[in-house]
Amino acid sequence: MPPHGEHVSKDDLKREGEIAEHLLHKAQAESSYAKNGSASGHEPLLEVRGLVKHYPLTQGILIRKQVGAVKAVDGVDFDLGQGETLGIVGESGCGKSTVAKMLVNLERPTAGQIKYKGEDITQLSGRALKAVRRNIQMVFQDPYTSLNPRMTVGDIIGEPYEIHPEVAPKGDRRKKVQDLLDVVGLNPEYINRYPHQFSGGQRQRIGIARGLALRPEIIVADEPVSALDVSVQAQVVNLLERLQDEFDLSYVFIAHDLSIVRHISDRVGVMYLGRIVEIGSDAEIYDHPTHPYTQALLSAVPVPDPDAREHRERIILSGDVPSPANPPSGCRFRTRCWKAQKRCEEEVPELAVPAVFRIGEGPTQHPSACHFAEEKQVVPSE
Amino acid sequence: MPLLEVRDLHVEFRTREGVAKAVNGVNYTVDEGETLAVLGESGSGKSVTAQAIMGILDVPPGKIAGGEILFKGRDLLKLKEEERRKVRGAEMAMIFQDALSSLNPVLSVGEQIGELFVVHKGMSRKDGKAKAVELMDRVRIPAAKERVGQYPHQFSGGMRQRIMIAMALALEPNLIIADEPTTALDVTVQAQVMDLLAELQRELNMGLILITHDLGVVADVADKIAVMYAGRIVEQAPVHEIYKAPAHPYTKGLLESIPRLDQKGQELFAIKGLPPNLMNIPPGCAFNPRCPMAQDVCRTDVPPLAEVSPTRRSACHFWKETLDASTR
Repeated sequence: MPPHGEHVSKDDLKREGEIAEHLLHKAQAESSYAKNGSASGHEPLLEVRGLVKHYPLTQGILIRKQVGAVKAVDGVDFDLGQGETLGIVGESGCGKSTVAKMLVNLERPTAGQIKYKGEDITQLSGRALKAVRRNIQMVFQDPYTSLNPRMTVGDIIGEPYEIHPEVAPKGDRRKKVQDLLDVVGLNPEYINRYPHQFSGGQRQRIGIARGLALRPEIIVADEPVSALDVSVQAQVVNLLERLQDEFDLSYVFIAHDLSIVRHISDRVGVMYLGRIVEIGSDAEIYDHPTHPYTQALLSAVPVPDPDAREHRERIILSGDVPSPANPPSGCRFRTRCWKAQKRCEEEVPELAVPAVFRIGEGPTQHPSACHFAEEKQVVPSE
Repeated sequence: MPLLEVRDLHVEFRTREGVAKAVNGVNYTVDEGETLAVLGESGSGKSVTAQAIMGILDVPPGKIAGGEILFKGRDLLKLKEEERRKVRGAEMAMIFQDALSSLNPVLSVGEQIGELFVVHKGMSRKDGKAKAVELMDRVRIPAAKERVGQYPHQFSGGMRQRIMIAMALALEPNLIIADEPTTALDVTVQAQVMDLLAELQRELNMGLILITHDLGVVADVADKIAVMYAGRIVEQAPVHEIYKAPAHPYTKGLLESIPRLDQKGQELFAIKGLPPNLMNIPPGCAFNPRCPMAQDVCRTDVPPLAEVSPTRRSACHFWKETLDASTR
């Protein structure tokens, strides 16, 4: 029995409550899994359905009225399985970071559901929300601004324990933080140093250690390596992969670098202007893309092979991404699409396996939101 | 005679903590119509070299400690600031990474482009503006005539970068230095901008120095590459050769550490450790603490830039072994 009697008994009570709740969730989730008998053999850990986030645009100083909304995320669906990595790619402004923030409950969705083990976390509050948050943690993009410069590394990594004291009793924390430093490949003796004493790659390791502190099941990583130098990127990517095996983590990996996403992901979703336009396994998306946006995006990525220069076909899109405050009608990509026709203007294509590919089996049989989906190989195969 | 020849350039920064040796003996040449890619990570000295060529280095704390920069046969470092100004903009121009902070937010883009003609060619403001419309058309900004009076914040990132290109090309210089021109852009826009730059370069037969850390972009556009590490060039070669078989362990490590779009791949090769502190560059070969091939000689002797072939150099004591290992 640790010394601080009162606190501990309170914590203990809380913990018991949470354990009971946790068991209940688990039972619920298992029963729903038995019912659905999910085809992949994995019960989805996270089910996202119809996720929407609109930021209101207002006018007037005394009398504020809403004149519109920035439709940052406008109907996103996906599943995340146990131990799986889902990559989300897209250009700036497509809403991928907003999705990340909603997953960890930093933003409340305007509509839609995020089911964690069968329970909709968007409706939770208070203690139940706190318990879920423990299991879904985030790693941020910029290791220079996401660490408090006035806190020591030990305080930064140990801060989650202040909020969730049930994970590590007070006397135990320093040891736990040192273990975490060791796990992410930093010297445990650095516990009293400040963030400015570390390089970018080392800081990102600190951010990852903080994400791991509460032993979460899901880590949402928003552009975790894009601020790092090339030679350091590989170190951090390898670390993330090792930790996934070690702690049986599931990742939602958000990035704009398509090569890194392919490397780390089991499945990939491509976003454009607040929606997922195509989703499938990494081979389905990279080797057999059927949506024109995915094809354009892939063909634009420079391949580090000068011999491929001459025989690569590149699809150069014209123009820029339209404003999410006023997205085009019908298919949102139509203003930049070379295939666009009247139908694209009138009818919103749904994210499903396109009719042409519904018969038979093959890598083209994955959801793609295009009226005129067709396969096109754009990545040179080995 | 090459268009530009940098000879044994040294640049240092005097700071309160000590002297940071940013560039330590860089040599390279660029011909007309040729693209040289300077590849390196942050702190490798790639941008500082470019600033020294353009003559926009912050002096002090920066100081050119030695070397020559021969442009069309003249040593730029010996020119008076007045003469240098005439070269800058008219004969050589630079494109920066961050277009939003490189453009003046309180002047319309038309005025900024037109200013070049007013200052260098003595045109009137009105003629300058007409020239600006012409250039904006040339870099394919839609409705150039209507948009010439708009301000930088009213343009998207890709368009701002095109405006930067328009300004750089305005006086049809012989040499363009592009410092990470597409790093801040999305891939689809990056492709547009690089295509435009390559096309205009061909048209005007300009020399281009492309400074970047992106091995993909380099493979797409460069004729030859100089790889920099800790203020030195460690390998220099025509683009096809370097990708096929690198002759320096650092280049090799870089090429192996990038994930590829066309491969799923297993664990990535990672170069261990961190780039060195420029105030305290390791003795011998600066890469030795991170190098898998390092021997005693690497810790004591700075490797010379050895001739691998007439067009190729590598600053490694064991370039033969490295080359053999990468061709196998």
